Amino acid sequence: MSITGILLAAVIVGGTGLFIGVFLGISGKKFAVETDERWEAIVDSLPGNNCGGCGYAGCSGLATAIVSGEAEVNACPVGGTPVAEKIGEIMGVDVSAQERKTAFVKCAGTCEKAKEEYRYTGIKDCIMASQMQDGGAKACSYGCLGYGSCVEACPFDAIHIIDGIAVVDRESCKACGRCVKVCPKHLIELIPYKQKTFVQCSSNDKGKSLMEVCQTGCIGCRLCEKNCEAQAITVNNFLAHIDPEKCTNCGVCAEKCPRKIIQIQGS
Amino acid sequence: MQELLLIAVGSAFVNNVVLSQFLGICPFLGVSKNVKTAAGMGGAVVFVITISSFVTGLIYKYILGNPNIMGGELEYLNTIVFILVIAALVQFVEMFLKKVMPPLYNALGVYLPLITTNCAVLGVALTNVQEGYGLLEGVVNGFATAAGFLVSIVLMAGIREKIEHNDITESFQGTPIVLVTAGLMAIAFFGFSGLI
Repeated sequence: MSITGILLAAVIVGGTGLFIGVFLGISGKKFAVETDERWEAIVDSLPGNNCGGCGYAGCSGLATAIVSGEAEVNACPVGGTPVAEKIGEIMGVDVSAQERKTAFVKCAGTCEKAKEEYRYTGIKDCIMASQMQDGGAKACSYGCLGYGSCVEACPFDAIHIIDGIAVVDRESCKACGRCVKVCPKHLIELIPYKQKTFVQCSSNDKGKSLMEVCQTGCIGCRLCEKNCEAQAITVNNFLAHIDPEKCTNCGVCAEKCPRKIIQIQGS
Repeated sequence: MQELLLIAVGSAFVNNVVLSQFLGICPFLGVSKNVKTAAGMGGAVVFVITISSFVTGLIYKYILGNPNIMGGELEYLNTIVFILVIAALVQFVEMFLKKVMPPLYNALGVYLPLITTNCAVLGVALTNVQEGYGLLEGVVNGFATAAGFLVSIVLMAGIREKIEHNDITESFQGTPIVLVTAGLMAIAFFGFSGLI
């Protein structure tokens, strides 16, 4: 191997590299595909961690859907209002401050408060457990089974099983709605973040039969309905329901509730 | 003609690129979760290997293996130049398809850039040189090798789809059982040896 050999090798490899660079550069210009400017802008404003919380394949998938009008500008559950506003600007859509929402589990039947009918030792999965006799081991057929299917579904680590029931961490919750879909008991609901008063029960059982299975569930006594000044509470099928539009979070209902099933966040 | 046919059968089955040469294992294990994506990956590999065999063949014939340049001593540059060329080629093919044939581009999707780092592509280019194949033989060899890859990855994906529903011991779940499957497939393909 002589010095010319080394030089020649360098020239060939370097030349190939140079040629490829120029060639790719030119063809990059020539074969450039006009991507929608809005698409790129939207991808830039999305969080970019490709969590799939929106239901599309990553952030670029959502951007495609938004550009084509298939998805709403506020479809990104992670970015919330700031991102929705940015995308709204890009798309020329007015986003009237999308209300922040949070998931809420309508059950308070913790291990001490709710009876179990039998011991379930099967797969630790709510969907499986709910197909057992009487819809799961819990004596209350409406209550949270506590096997954590929602915990597994949550991409943001915002829901946990505490004392045998699922509890949402309001701060971490992005209201993506995955837990809502997965819960076989349909216990989880998306409620406005500013709503601080909730009925933590979803049982439609009559008062007497409910008392037999749970120490805390709503018995439909209508005390809250009568005492609510804003008339935000209605009792249907032995279950109180609060209308967040009307509720002023005054807290009278929580005081009057004999079962302490109406709770106020932060108290 | 007969020779070309022998090369084709030889590299598609007897010396199957994945199951007997153990090249391109990464996409073989990574993209074989379902038959549809596996076929997509296989298609992309066929496409890229065929083109790259042709281009690397040209480079070898006229530059690296040319006896008029340094008496053909530059062969030791094969690997580095080929990998450079293959990477660029994949990039170019991607651009070209995106512009000219968007449906095909969308069908190949993410697999096209993945192939850049697929050692099967480089493996074929180097085998062509080692075996002293000419341009046409090289392209046929490339196509057949890639076809072998397509067959084995689709078979693998089919098996894996069934495995999904099986009750597998915990320690074997995931990659281990896939590797065991691949080993058994390799033994099955061993049956082709001696065919030619």
